[in-house]
Amino acid sequence: MHDNEHTEHHHEESFLSKYIFSLDHKMIGKQFLIYGLIMFFLGGGLALLFRWQLAYPERPLPIIGASEQYMEEGEVVTGADEMWERIYESEKEEWLEVNMPNGVVEPAFYNMLFTMHATVMVFFVVVPLLVGAFGNFLIPLMIGTRDMAFPILNMLSFWFAVLAAIIMVVGFFVPGGHAAAGWTGYTPLSADPQWTGVGSGQILWGLSLFVQGLSSLVGSINYITTIINMRAPGMTFFRMPLVIWSLFIVAILLLLAFPVLSSAIVLLVFDRLAGTTFFTATAEGGGDPLLWQHLFWFFGHPEVYILILPGMGIASELIPVFSRKPIFGYRSMVYAMIAIAFLGWVVWGHHMFQSGMRPGMGSIFMTTTMLIAVPSAIKTFNWLGTMFRGSIRFTTPMLHGIVFVSMFVIGGLSGIYMANTPVDIYFHDTYYIVAHIHYVVFGGSLFAIFGGIIFWFPKMYGRYMNDTLSKIHFWLTFIAFNCTFFPMHILGVGGHMRRISNPLQYEFLQQFEGMNIFITMSAFTLGFAQLILVFNFFWSIYKGKVAEQNPWHVNTLEWEAPTPVPHGNFDQIPTVYRGPYEYSVPGEESDWIPQTQPEHAPATGGD
Amino acid sequence: MLPWLPENISTYGQGVDNLFYAIFYITITVLILVMATLIVFLIKYRYQEGKKATYIEGSTTLEIVWTAATTVIVFVLAMFSYPQWNNIKSPTHFPENPDVVVQVSGKQFNWDMTYPGPDNEFETDDDLTLENELHVPINSVVHIRLTSIDVIHSFFVRELRLKQDALPNRFIDVWFEAIKAGRYEIPCAELCGFGHSGMLGYLNVHTQADYDAWVQERWPQ
Ligand code: HEM
Ligand SMILES: [Cu+2]
Ligand SMILES: [Cu+2]
Repeated sequence: MHDNEHTEHHHEESFLSKYIFSLDHKMIGKQFLIYGLIMFFLGGGLALLFRWQLAYPERPLPIIGASEQYMEEGEVVTGADEMWERIYESEKEEWLEVNMPNGVVEPAFYNMLFTMHATVMVFFVVVPLLVGAFGNFLIPLMIGTRDMAFPILNMLSFWFAVLAAIIMVVGFFVPGGHAAAGWTGYTPLSADPQWTGVGSGQILWGLSLFVQGLSSLVGSINYITTIINMRAPGMTFFRMPLVIWSLFIVAILLLLAFPVLSSAIVLLVFDRLAGTTFFTATAEGGGDPLLWQHLFWFFGHPEVYILILPGMGIASELIPVFSRKPIFGYRSMVYAMIAIAFLGWVVWGHHMFQSGMRPGMGSIFMTTTMLIAVPSAIKTFNWLGTMFRGSIRFTTPMLHGIVFVSMFVIGGLSGIYMANTPVDIYFHDTYYIVAHIHYVVFGGSLFAIFGGIIFWFPKMYGRYMNDTLSKIHFWLTFIAFNCTFFPMHILGVGGHMRRISNPLQYEFLQQFEGMNIFITMSAFTLGFAQLILVFNFFWSIYKGKVAEQNPWHVNTLEWEAPTPVPHGNFDQIPTVYRGPYEYSVPGEESDWIPQTQPEHAPATGGD
Repeated sequence: MLPWLPENISTYGQGVDNLFYAIFYITITVLILVMATLIVFLIKYRYQEGKKATYIEGSTTLEIVWTAATTVIVFVLAMFSYPQWNNIKSPTHFPENPDVVVQVSGKQFNWDMTYPGPDNEFETDDDLTLENELHVPINSVVHIRLTSIDVIHSFFVRELRLKQDALPNRFIDVWFEAIKAGRYEIPCAELCGFGHSGMLGYLNVHTQADYDAWVQERWPQ
């Protein structure tokens, strides 16, 4: 047994160097975690604003919207009316007055809302959580080393991300509003202010992503170097846990993909500020709007795999641990991820089937896209195989792992429709894609993130999260998620376009009014359920039940480190003797064997 | 079958729908099988006092089987898709000698429909441009020259199973042959600015007699 006494380090650290400008990978991981959770609320709030407009087009928002009497007769009835009265009387053009007079979302503001929702969720929530938080916290601990290869770069990567977030938030308040050309920023819409009325907002959007790109760049160099050079003795590549494999592959993807976006953004900014025409076709020649789409998706498709691979990695930790069985087909899991990483570079055109790209290219990209569905399927079957003849414990992290698998299956299957060029003619740019995205990124990645947070919380903070609250959050999220996003498949089959602010302008969409209202109510439930998670998170940091060193009986190295994990992680660098998933080995007393257990010694797993 | 899918009114739409339903039945079957397996496993292999998990590291045979099976299914799907796709989108596969040629031009936030007139030449005096109203005869091959004068828009007619982006300074050819008369909506399917929502035109498919009357009215002889 470990006594926790000797782990308390006695050298003094100032508050600043411990919590703010920390060089410790664990603290940086936690900083990214809190960063991601804060941005999650920004992104979610934006979504709720535009969901209201979709359900009740041109009707004032609840609470802050003006009352009917006020709008019709100018009679001040509610507190909100008073606020609007004050806004209209003030000399200044107030932000609210421009964007949502009376609390009604303007069409231009609507475009800004969904643009920024997606931008924030992709670049400021899912990637920072998966790569920034889990990557930083887990990599050194799970490969058995004391810290990252370049701790200062690591700190820089966090502060670049903070700078990027600040720039992104500032963009909301500049004249003309924030970027409103979609998270994909298609040109020429984004390339010239005359098409949207958006001025410096689009530039700040680009600048912010550029800085976020620097953050990813230094982060990924760090991850790759650390994993290649600093594995503990005996930790061969094929003894690495799958989550480390996934983060390793993602770091390579980030390193290679993000610079493409950064370069494209630089050209876009030139187009806007310097009068170049890289992305606009003018009568005198010039560039091509499709060039932007090629560059964006050449980055963008690897990016969507960056959004899911670490989720797959996390699920591949949760499922064996709580099935008390080795992962099924460890090597095929690794090869499937490598295959995805290679194929991910040659499928970008599937986002451009209807763009005016030469039709022959469509056929080629359909073929490669169909190919990439294969490794996705392999992974799913392997997770099922892992549960087969296991001894499944339905802990809250495991529930998230199970939901990850089932939601990923739905998201993967819906991808096949759109990968099919003729069927995509119909589904492209409809809610079918919105359903697909959310099944993979919310149903997949976010559920993996939630499961991962609950699973590693005892190692991060030395306490458990409150399990009752976690379970309530889980069930509410699971149900509300499906009520929100499943009906969007139906909207897609009905041809409901995405990115429109008022479906009731179309005759054929009248039939979906009720469904849109249902979706919005579910979305609000989903949004508010997340408050439970955040409350639980912060409450448990201080008040949670104190956790033992290895509460879930896991083999991997992070659980060998004392809790709370001290600076330098391990008293002594561990030596690794076996793979990460040796659960229920026949003839062994205990159903788990830590990676540090020498081959021929009797197992003493359970304490 | 699926009540939300609008009735198809183009000659090639049935092919698209067939592919859609093929994928629908395949994916639904896979989904049900996977979910059923998952649920059975969750119940059967739940933790029980005194029962240990079985140590299984994997199975090469199974890996080969499911890799091969998935590959075959997706490639068979792809094989059936190439001809449909070419038929709809590749100009070299279009039916020749169209009965009607129209230039459709997207602009913030309307569709301009330009007819070449009796001389069948664009940019001549007898051209006629209508805002948001496209008139075509039934059972006739219609060629559309799609373009845009500002940003990217997307020409979408659900009932035709046709969608194509319109690009500035490019002319993209698409075609269709409608088999049912009626009035259908032509929304814009690509974000094009603050008026994107509500950018809406109409496709009027007339019987031959009605169409001739419409032509007579526009270009009186
Ligand atoms: C079986 C695997 C998958 C296939 C076959 C597939 C296929 C596709 C296709 C063809 C599109 C473009 C549809 C269109 O615009 O018409 C698309 C869009 C998208 N996919 Fe996937 N996908 C798969 C997995 C994933 C995963 C794992 C993620 C992310 C975690 C993902 C995220 C997205 C996103 C975000 C978009 C929408 C991009 C946008 O237009 O804003 N997909 N997918
Ligand atoms: Cu893609
Ligand atoms: Cu539009």
